[in-house]
Amino acid sequence: MESYEALVHSAFGGKQPDVTDPDVLAWLIRRNGLEMSHISRGSHIGSVFSAAEIIAVLYTGVLHVDPKNPKMPDRDRMILSKGHAGSAVYAALAETGFFPVEQLKTHYGNGSILSGHVSHKGIPGVEVSTGSLGHGLAVGAGMALGAKMDGEAWRTWVVLGDGECDEGSVWEAALQAAQFGLDRLCAIVDYNHMQSLFTVEETLRLEPFEAKWKDFGWNAQSVNGHDTKALRAACERAKENAGSGKPSVILAHTVKGKGVSFMENNILWHYRTPQGEEYEAALKELEAQRP
Amino acid sequence: MRDAFVRALVQEMEINPRIVLMTGDLGFGVLRPIWDQFPDRIINAGIAEQGMVGLAAGLAATGRTVLVYSIGNFPTLRPLEQIRNDCAYTKANVKIVCVGGGFVYGSLGMSHHATEDMAVMRALPDVTCFTPGDPAETEAVTRVMLRTEGTCYLRLGRGNEPKIHDGPVEGWKMPEPIVIREGKDVALLSAGGILTQAVEAAKLLDEKGISAEVVSFPCLKPMDAEAVRKLTERFRHIVTVEEHNVTGGFGSAVCEIAAEGGNGCRIHRIGLQDCFTAVVGNQQYLREIYGMDGKSIAEKAEAWIHEA
Repeated sequence: MESYEALVHSAFGGKQPDVTDPDVLAWLIRRNGLEMSHISRGSHIGSVFSAAEIIAVLYTGVLHVDPKNPKMPDRDRMILSKGHAGSAVYAALAETGFFPVEQLKTHYGNGSILSGHVSHKGIPGVEVSTGSLGHGLAVGAGMALGAKMDGEAWRTWVVLGDGECDEGSVWEAALQAAQFGLDRLCAIVDYNHMQSLFTVEETLRLEPFEAKWKDFGWNAQSVNGHDTKALRAACERAKENAGSGKPSVILAHTVKGKGVSFMENNILWHYRTPQGEEYEAALKELEAQRP
Repeated sequence: MRDAFVRALVQEMEINPRIVLMTGDLGFGVLRPIWDQFPDRIINAGIAEQGMVGLAAGLAATGRTVLVYSIGNFPTLRPLEQIRNDCAYTKANVKIVCVGGGFVYGSLGMSHHATEDMAVMRALPDVTCFTPGDPAETEAVTRVMLRTEGTCYLRLGRGNEPKIHDGPVEGWKMPEPIVIREGKDVALLSAGGILTQAVEAAKLLDEKGISAEVVSFPCLKPMDAEAVRKLTERFRHIVTVEEHNVTGGFGSAVCEIAAEGGNGCRIHRIGLQDCFTAVVGNQQYLREIYGMDGKSIAEKAEAWIHEA
């Protein structure tokens, strides 16, 4: 029987995919996300697809991390605060060598350590477990505060959801990070404009979103969250932010379900898992897009 | 207890440069020695307890022992999920410190009465809970807590409580209970600052010719199960005393062990009888109203030991 790894890499015709290319890694995140959701009948594929380029850009040169030494003291810390997109991070970590790609097939299953929401227990490269929204920014700010107190140069990156920004605790942490001048903290919001039931606009309006962050004392930029070059440039600007005394946020405008036409902007795919014809159709669309 | 805690903390901060204190915009005056001596190691997180506990978990991940200081229910019930997910689950070296356990802020109203915190914190895996009974126990417990790995909860009373121990409590080992006085007819077990009332009750029982043993439990969790089992073997009646709801708290913890022990000892729980406070008043007044002052404890204990 064909291995899981061979299956998700089959579109590369026997060649090893170049996981240092952010577009290739983003594609692999979607390909793994589709397969993991298909095997496990797990949910949140729409969020995995919207965050694919954000996560891919982080793990192709933005984050200072080493898969061979995941606890390296001066590594950058990365927290996926929107823990339900955990399979995007699991896929990125596995594809870049933190743990075997084959392990991804256990995601969501009985006895697996790869929980539906991202977990740090036994998984190299994951700093903290999340899943309940509104936790990650404060924890990341605490790490950045510790680094600042120690005069360390490493950075802390926190990926937030837009719906997550309904949580008051996000804004507590936003005030605290600004107050403590954490200019090596960078938040990236996966701004896919969709929540669990309705759009962000129909739920709790966040606009003017960039202005909100700026008013809270952050440096803010908005980019197309599916353009890996634009995202990379935004991350580099966020790095240059060190010394400004302000934390940095990137509002990455994305499309929920990006990459599969019938999943895009469709809240159903916050929950639905691709099976049968839908799985085949999604796979066909992804294969047509392989970089 | 507050001042004993700060005294011990300052000494520990002198020894261990990686101890940091975070306050939720509280501790005016009380924390002055720390602001003065360690201005770089005290952080005001603002009136934002969820953010504060998250920050503490992140800060602890950079190799620090982080104390989170607030009053009443603010450091426990408000950021409970942050304590559960971000601290306990990661075994973060975060020490949650509550000043004002029970009715300390009696006149301020129900919002400020911390009467479920022990039950809630005790229910979290990987959280060690401390409930010292007087200033001397507080000093000893604070030192032990700062040498205990992982997430801890320290429940303090107020400032200027009466001393129960004449001198310092030396050589205390977690989770040992401390025998305050020996007796043979009934055992009064106490957790936290209500210890003064248990001692008072024992004196009143003396006058009635009833010999009461008083035992303080500075460590609520893990509870010293062996010590509890021995007490259930020595006494036919045990009375637990807590300035806290009887549901899930100290008395419940004792009952859990005693029930599994299986002998015929009877356990009577004194505390708030699964209700919220409906009136305000000073701490001692509320203890009297809710039947947990020394006189009430003595009267109830006497009645219980005369039951079959």
